Amino acid sequence: MIKAKFVFRGLGVTLVALASSVGCERASRHSVGLLGSTSIQPFAEVLAEQYMKKSPGQFVEVQGGGSTAGLQGAANGLADIGMCSRALTAQESSQFAQILIARDGLAVVVNLENPIVGLSLEQLRDVFAGRTTNWMEVGGRDGPIRPITREEGSGTRESFVRLVMKKERISRRAMTQESNGAVRELVKGDPATIGYMSLGLVGKELRAVVVGGAAPTVENVLAARYALVRPLLFVTRGAANPAAQAFVDFVLSTDGQKLLETEGLVRAE
Amino acid sequence: MRQDRLIGGVLRLVALSAISGLALITVFIFKEGLPIILRVGVFEFFLSSDWDPSLGHFGILSMIGGSVVVTAGATLIGVVFSLGLAIVLTQFSPPGLASALKPAVELLAGIPSVVYGFVGVVTLVPLIRYCFGGPGLSVLAGSIVLGIMILPTITSISIDAIQAVPRSYFEGSIALGATRWQTVTMVQLKAARTGIVAAVILGMGRAIGETMAVIMVAGNALELPHSLLDPVRTLTSNIALEMGYASGDHRQALFATGVTLFVIITLLNIAALAVSRRRTGKTAV
Repeated sequence: MIKAKFVFRGLGVTLVALASSVGCERASRHSVGLLGSTSIQPFAEVLAEQYMKKSPGQFVEVQGGGSTAGLQGAANGLADIGMCSRALTAQESSQFAQILIARDGLAVVVNLENPIVGLSLEQLRDVFAGRTTNWMEVGGRDGPIRPITREEGSGTRESFVRLVMKKERISRRAMTQESNGAVRELVKGDPATIGYMSLGLVGKELRAVVVGGAAPTVENVLAARYALVRPLLFVTRGAANPAAQAFVDFVLSTDGQKLLETEGLVRAE
Repeated sequence: MRQDRLIGGVLRLVALSAISGLALITVFIFKEGLPIILRVGVFEFFLSSDWDPSLGHFGILSMIGGSVVVTAGATLIGVVFSLGLAIVLTQFSPPGLASALKPAVELLAGIPSVVYGFVGVVTLVPLIRYCFGGPGLSVLAGSIVLGIMILPTITSISIDAIQAVPRSYFEGSIALGATRWQTVTMVQLKAARTGIVAAVILGMGRAIGETMAVIMVAGNALELPHSLLDPVRTLTSNIALEMGYASGDHRQALFATGVTLFVIITLLNIAALAVSRRRTGKTAV
């Protein structure tokens, strides 16, 4: 008897699975695919979750891969919307339609034990270019500086280069980590390190330093006092399809923007 | 009879399709990678350590150096411990212990590399930073993690090689008055030499090809390391770090990095094959 029951339950599960996969198949016509920046990904997931709760029958799928992958995905139709966490180049902006969904402060983070309070943009540039190599030179304790950068192609890296490094190159001695999480782990464990990441991702285990006299806060970003700000973009090739446009409308609505603000981003305006 | 031939044919087809996968990969990475090497210039590509894809600089010398250094370190660590293990397991341990230890060593091969990397980041890296200074993410950390990862490869092949030495060698040596240790080092290891060398080369091949664990513990800086405590980027790390984003020339340059790695590993495998062939006269291990 028990056995038979299990078999039936198993059958039932299989049937439900089959039915739902068929359901998915049908829903995928209304589904919106997002692909790109790992900096936007967590926020997009929250937005997608709320959106799907609000409008049943709509399905939004969010994938990471990086800003460049997002642009590629939007270009070749792999995704309905590409996510890009840096300003587009002139060539790219002629190729894509871009929608500013929010702005993000780029925080420069150090270990909690590091007494350094602030750095000027020039000091920051010197540190990452490898010219300043001791914390004492910028008003800290005696000890080597270990800059941590992100990998080539990361939107966070490209924004940092554009905003801080200008024409200069990041030192070849800088350690390279492939995610915000890895940068956080490293900075958390080593008082000599300095890294950068999205303001919304800093958390309590790291300290974001004052850059150019302005603390990295949402108010300072809004008032344009904090210098390191980058756009978070949705890009599409041509006009977005109706399902994608509905999602974009939600993101730009008061609700969507509020949601992004509670997650630590700065509204698009 | 006809059925036999049919089954034989089907099996041959299956076997060939597996090999054709290899051929396909080879053709593909060379097709994608070679043009950029020629365009950048062979010297520039292999002998410059200036890697900055956004500016169009593609020089992989520091990554080649990184791979060589980390692999050498891993081989050194791997060989010391693997040979020790192989000797103990074949010569100096009661059968019970050997039958418990050998599967344990082989189990090491089954642990996913990301787990090695994670354990390395959480325990080894802070330890190195605390004891020796430096960032912790370093050549040393990479070498130790890889050294442990190649233990099972080197150990099990070395054990096979030592066990393949005829028992009469051992008996003859003991009969001549040599001690057990003298017999092991001067007779058995010597006779198993080629097999052990092949084992070491295969271990090196594995070390140089490992990716995930190295990315996590080696720091991935672009500069050639000046000491064991400096961070380093290997060929495999370079591909895996940047592949997700790369397009155009950058993508091709990563394939060219893959071509370099492919050639190095192929050479290592050919060396291993050649060495082990010399031992038996015709067949490989």
